[in-house]
Amino acid sequence: MGTERCRTRRSLLTSGETDVLDLQQLTKTYATGDTALRDVSFVVPRGQVVGLIGPSGAGKSTLIRCINRLVDPSGGRILLGDIDLAQVGRAELRRQRRRIGMIFQEYALVERLTVMENVLSGRLGYVPFWRSFTRRFPGRDIENAYRLLDRVGLLEHADKRADALSGGQRQRVGIARALAQEPALLLVDEPTASLDPKTSRQIMRLIIEVCDERDLPAIVNIHDVPLAQQFMHRIVGLRAGEVVFDGAPTALDETVLGDIYGAEDWSAMRREHEADRDAEEDTSRRLAEVAR
Amino acid sequence: MSVSAPVYPTRWRRPARMLRDRRWRLLVQGAALAYLVLALGSFEVEWSRVVEGLSRAQRFAHGFLQPDFISRWSDIRQGLIESLTMTLTATVVGVAISVPIGIGGARNLVPASVYGLCRAIIAVSRSLQEVIIAIFLVAMFGFGPLAGFVTLSFASIGFIAKLLADDIEEIDPRQVEAIRATGAGWWQVLHYAIQPQVMPRLIGLSLYRLDINFRESAVIGIVGAGGIGATLNTAIDRYEYDSAGAILLIVIAIVMLAEYGSSYLRRFLQ
Repeated sequence: MGTERCRTRRSLLTSGETDVLDLQQLTKTYATGDTALRDVSFVVPRGQVVGLIGPSGAGKSTLIRCINRLVDPSGGRILLGDIDLAQVGRAELRRQRRRIGMIFQEYALVERLTVMENVLSGRLGYVPFWRSFTRRFPGRDIENAYRLLDRVGLLEHADKRADALSGGQRQRVGIARALAQEPALLLVDEPTASLDPKTSRQIMRLIIEVCDERDLPAIVNIHDVPLAQQFMHRIVGLRAGEVVFDGAPTALDETVLGDIYGAEDWSAMRREHEADRDAEEDTSRRLAEVAR
Repeated sequence: MSVSAPVYPTRWRRPARMLRDRRWRLLVQGAALAYLVLALGSFEVEWSRVVEGLSRAQRFAHGFLQPDFISRWSDIRQGLIESLTMTLTATVVGVAISVPIGIGGARNLVPASVYGLCRAIIAVSRSLQEVIIAIFLVAMFGFGPLAGFVTLSFASIGFIAKLLADDIEEIDPRQVEAIRATGAGWWQVLHYAIQPQVMPRLIGLSLYRLDINFRESAVIGIVGAGGIGATLNTAIDRYEYDSAGAILLIVIAIVMLAEYGSSYLRRFLQ
C-alpha cells in the first residue's frame, strides 16, 4: 500500500519522458451533430491508473474508443509516445493498436473459441494471417499465454470454451488477452459493470496489480465512484464531454461529485451505494452466522 | 369537498388497428367476400372431366399402392445415382461460392459498393425459380445432369448467401470490436471474431440445402435436367404408375433419411 501511494504521488508530479499518453484538445462530434467530447486534454504518465468517472452519456466510452480509434475523433491530438494516433493511416493504426490493450464491459470474448484462443487473439497483430489461421502461434506466445492464464488463476481452464466460464472468470480472460498484446497502455471500459460487488473488487484489484507489475498506465471507465476512490491513482471527471475534475481520489468531495453528476443524481447514487453496502454487510454477517 | 373514488369501466374491447370506423370495416370485408365468390365462380368446372379425372386418380392410387421396384430398376438406379451426384456436388460448389458472396453481402463488413453487388447477385439467384433456370440451362447444355448440377449450384447461392449474410449482420459487434482492438487485420477479424459466431448456422444451412437440392433434383429432372426426376417423368409418360409409385417412395425415404441425418448432425453444433 505504501509503495502504491508513493507511485501515485510520483506519477502525479513527474512529467516529460515518462508520459505515455498525451491527449490534446480531443474533440468528437458525431454525424448527428451531438458533441461527445469537447477539448479534452490530459496526460497519463507511466504506471498511473486513471479512473474516468461521469454520468452515462458524458463521453467516457467515446473517449477511450477514440484513443485506439474504434471511434474516429473529429479533432485534437492523441500522442502515444511521439506518434499522433489521430493522424496515422490504416496500416500504422493496426501496428499502434497492438500497443494498446483493451478490456471490455461485457468481456467481449469470442464465446465459441477456447480460453486459449481468446488469449492468443491478443497476438493477432503480431503474427501473419496463415499462422493465426492454422493456430500455429510462436512458442514464445503460447508460453506467455499460459503464464498469463496462470497469473489470472485460470491455467486449468485453458481448453474450455469461453462461454463455459463465469462472469468473473471471463473478465480474467479479457485481462489476459489484453496483456498478451504486451501493451504500452491499457484501456478499460467499465470492467465491473456486469459483475457482483465482490467479484468487481477482485477484478479491479487484479487490474491494478497487473498494471503495477508492468509499470503500465491505464485509463479505466468506471461508474462506481467508491470503487474508483478505493483503487484509482488519479481521477478524471467528465461531464457532457468536458473535463470538470482532474486530481487525486482524495480530492473528490461532495461538491466536486455534485458538480460532475449533478447534485440530485449524486445523492441518489450515494444512497444506492449505501444500500448496496448495507445489504452486502448483512449477507456476509448472516453467512458468518451460518458458518458458525 | 370529498374526493369520490374513480369509476372504472367494466367493459373493454380490443381497439381496431386499421380502419377505426366500423362502417368502413364492414364495407372492406364485404368487398373482399364478394371478390372471393366472383373469383371462384370464374373457374369453369366441367363435371364430366372431373369424373374422368377421378377414375384416372384411381389408377394412380392403384399403381402407388402396388409399387414396382423391379421392372425398371436399372433406370431407377441410374436416375438415383445421377440425382445424388448432382445434389452433393451442387451443394458443395454452391456453398463454396456462397460464402464469399454472403460475406460481401453483410453490411457491417464491407463497403457499400461490394454490399450492393453481392446483394444483387443474391437477388438474381433468388428471383429465378429452379425450374425456370433448369429450362434455360437444358436449352444451353442439352438434356442430362450437367444442366441439373449448374441449376442447383446457382439456386443454392441465393439461399445460402442470403441467410449467411443476414446472420453475419446480426452477430455480436462487441466481439468484433475486441478483436479489432488487438490490431488484427481484416482477414484475422473475419476468422477470429466472425467465423466462430456464424459457423454453426452455416453448417446447419448447408445440410438443409442438401435436403432441398435432392428434392429439387426430382423436380428439375421433369424439364430435362437429368436425375430421378427424368426417370419419374418417363414412367408417368409410359402410364407405368407402379414404377412411378416406387420412385416417389424412394424419394420420400431419402428425404426422410436426410432429414434425420441432418438433425442428428446439427445436435453437435452450437
